[in-house]
Amino acid sequence: MDMKVAKKLGLKERYNLMTRDLDWEPSYQAKEAIYPFLEYEGIKIHDWSKFEDPFRLTMDAYWKYQAEKERKLYAILDAFNQSNGHLGVTDARYINNLKLFLTGVTPLEYMAHRGFAHVGRQLAGAGPRVACLMQSLDEIRHAQTQIHSMSNYNKYYNGFQNWRHQHDRVWYLSVPKSFFDDAVTSGPFEFMVAIGFAFEYVLTNLLFVPFISGAAYNGDMGAMAFGFSAQSDESRHMTLGLEMIKFLLEQDPANVPIVQRWLDKWFWRGYRVLTLVAMMQDYMLPKRVMSWKEAWEIYAEQNGGALFADLARYGIKPPAGWVQACKDKDHLSHQAWAVFYNYGAAAPFHTWTPSAEEMDWLSSKYPDTFDKYYRPRYEHWAEQAKEGNRFYNGTLPMLCTTCQIPMFFTEPDDPTKICYRESDYKGDKYHFCSDGCKDIFDHEPEKYIQSWLPVHQIYQGNCFGPDADPTSPDFNPLMEVLKWYKLEFGQDNLDYEGSPDKKNFEAWRAQATKN
Amino acid sequence: MAVAAVKTYEFSPKDSQDKFPAPLLYIGWEDHLLFCAPFCVPLPPPMIFGDMLKGPLAGMFGYHPEFAKVDWDKAEWFKSGKPWKPDYTKSLADNGLKHKDVIRFRTPGLTGIKGSCS
Repeated sequence: MDMKVAKKLGLKERYNLMTRDLDWEPSYQAKEAIYPFLEYEGIKIHDWSKFEDPFRLTMDAYWKYQAEKERKLYAILDAFNQSNGHLGVTDARYINNLKLFLTGVTPLEYMAHRGFAHVGRQLAGAGPRVACLMQSLDEIRHAQTQIHSMSNYNKYYNGFQNWRHQHDRVWYLSVPKSFFDDAVTSGPFEFMVAIGFAFEYVLTNLLFVPFISGAAYNGDMGAMAFGFSAQSDESRHMTLGLEMIKFLLEQDPANVPIVQRWLDKWFWRGYRVLTLVAMMQDYMLPKRVMSWKEAWEIYAEQNGGALFADLARYGIKPPAGWVQACKDKDHLSHQAWAVFYNYGAAAPFHTWTPSAEEMDWLSSKYPDTFDKYYRPRYEHWAEQAKEGNRFYNGTLPMLCTTCQIPMFFTEPDDPTKICYRESDYKGDKYHFCSDGCKDIFDHEPEKYIQSWLPVHQIYQGNCFGPDADPTSPDFNPLMEVLKWYKLEFGQDNLDYEGSPDKKNFEAWRAQATKN
Repeated sequence: MAVAAVKTYEFSPKDSQDKFPAPLLYIGWEDHLLFCAPFCVPLPPPMIFGDMLKGPLAGMFGYHPEFAKVDWDKAEWFKSGKPWKPDYTKSLADNGLKHKDVIRFRTPGLTGIKGSCS
């Protein structure tokens, strides 16, 4: 008897059957009713089938591949944790990078999951819908693996315990939070340009390199392992972002100016969030990977420059803030760390002045600026701290209405002058740190007059616990705010010098390495 | 409409004056970036400008070794970046200060730690 063996499907056929073939033409509902958000942003799509999914990944393959990766990841994490790997990091200052990452970035992974799930539902083409579904799953996995890998540190060190609570409340965490809230409340096409392209493609290396290489340089196998696990997904995300932007630009010439405006906006918003990474790289990693300036030159100026040269054929120009961002590279990290040094009592991680040797490293990496503008500032603080007069700024700062960062950025051509910009809207004044943030506001003021600015919210009385009594004679508003943050004063905050983290790390490491 | 939205999207601003105990004032000291950013404080409109210099400002900027050397008669003032002359004997309101105004002062001769504008 002849056996009839079905021919195994080719990759392309499988992809078509398991993705696009699952789509159908609606018969009793109008397409506009099923996809209600496709028109209002002004983007015109004529042919969804022109979207080429660059990876052609199907759900079964995704599942198999990711399961294998996570098995490996958890094996490494187990080994790291069981061998007290945390005692092998350079010194306990390093651990503050993880606190910043867990409170500031991990919740964004979760928001990216939600964002891509939403957009995956709203786009009318089956190709991008499937690609968004995969990315949505990647993002929730990244959130989970980050939480797992950092949870081990929470057993030994302070400042990790209330990361999710703090993400929605603490003053500087409103910077990454509002960045993503802005993106997910945009239309589906703006979200794809904002996160899929501007963040995942243009800026993601500047986040990953310092963090993951930083982990490797500083002996943190746990964080390094999840970084490597995520990296193969990140390259897929970058390619999806690039494919989406090319698709939008090719569909209709009317899309070009809209996409350009989104690029201007989201490059600037993303760049402002990366302020936190700049200071991580130059000030928070005990063993430095490279300076922020060097990373900017490689990953932004060289790679980004090549990308925008490529997009020029569609009529796309480099983002409006590009030139200023390139000028800032000599100043950004020094100014940013000064903010956290100022407000070191109000953040759930530790701050410090760089050691003499670290200041020399900064001088060598920033020969034109560090000694002239920043060394005197940090040396003064270090001397004062030695005399028992450590500076803690006790008055709340003015914030930018758009990026929500304290107004510390200086004029592009004068590092001694704070950059002030303002707009009047419906009888009220609004203030900004830069032309980039002012332009974003001026285009959509109704959105940004709703900014939840932490400093203003504190003064409105919205940041105290239910048991706080502002009428009591010993009411201390700042301490009440820290309580509302669930920040343990003297344990989670203040200088690294004298912190329980420093003391414990040194004692445990001595136990592990000496007799 | 001043926002991309599927339907009308208009709400009262989150930071209108009625929501604060007093109007907000933003204050910066030029050339003294030891204080990383200008300050934001609610101040009662009847407060005399000169009292603000001795009270709240001393609290905000007093940590700086140069603050004690400030000669207020020589200070140059700016409001929204433009030169401005406040009357120290009048109140904040009579000096024309409104909710969310931004003022800054320059103290000629004082240029921060080791002249670095810190």
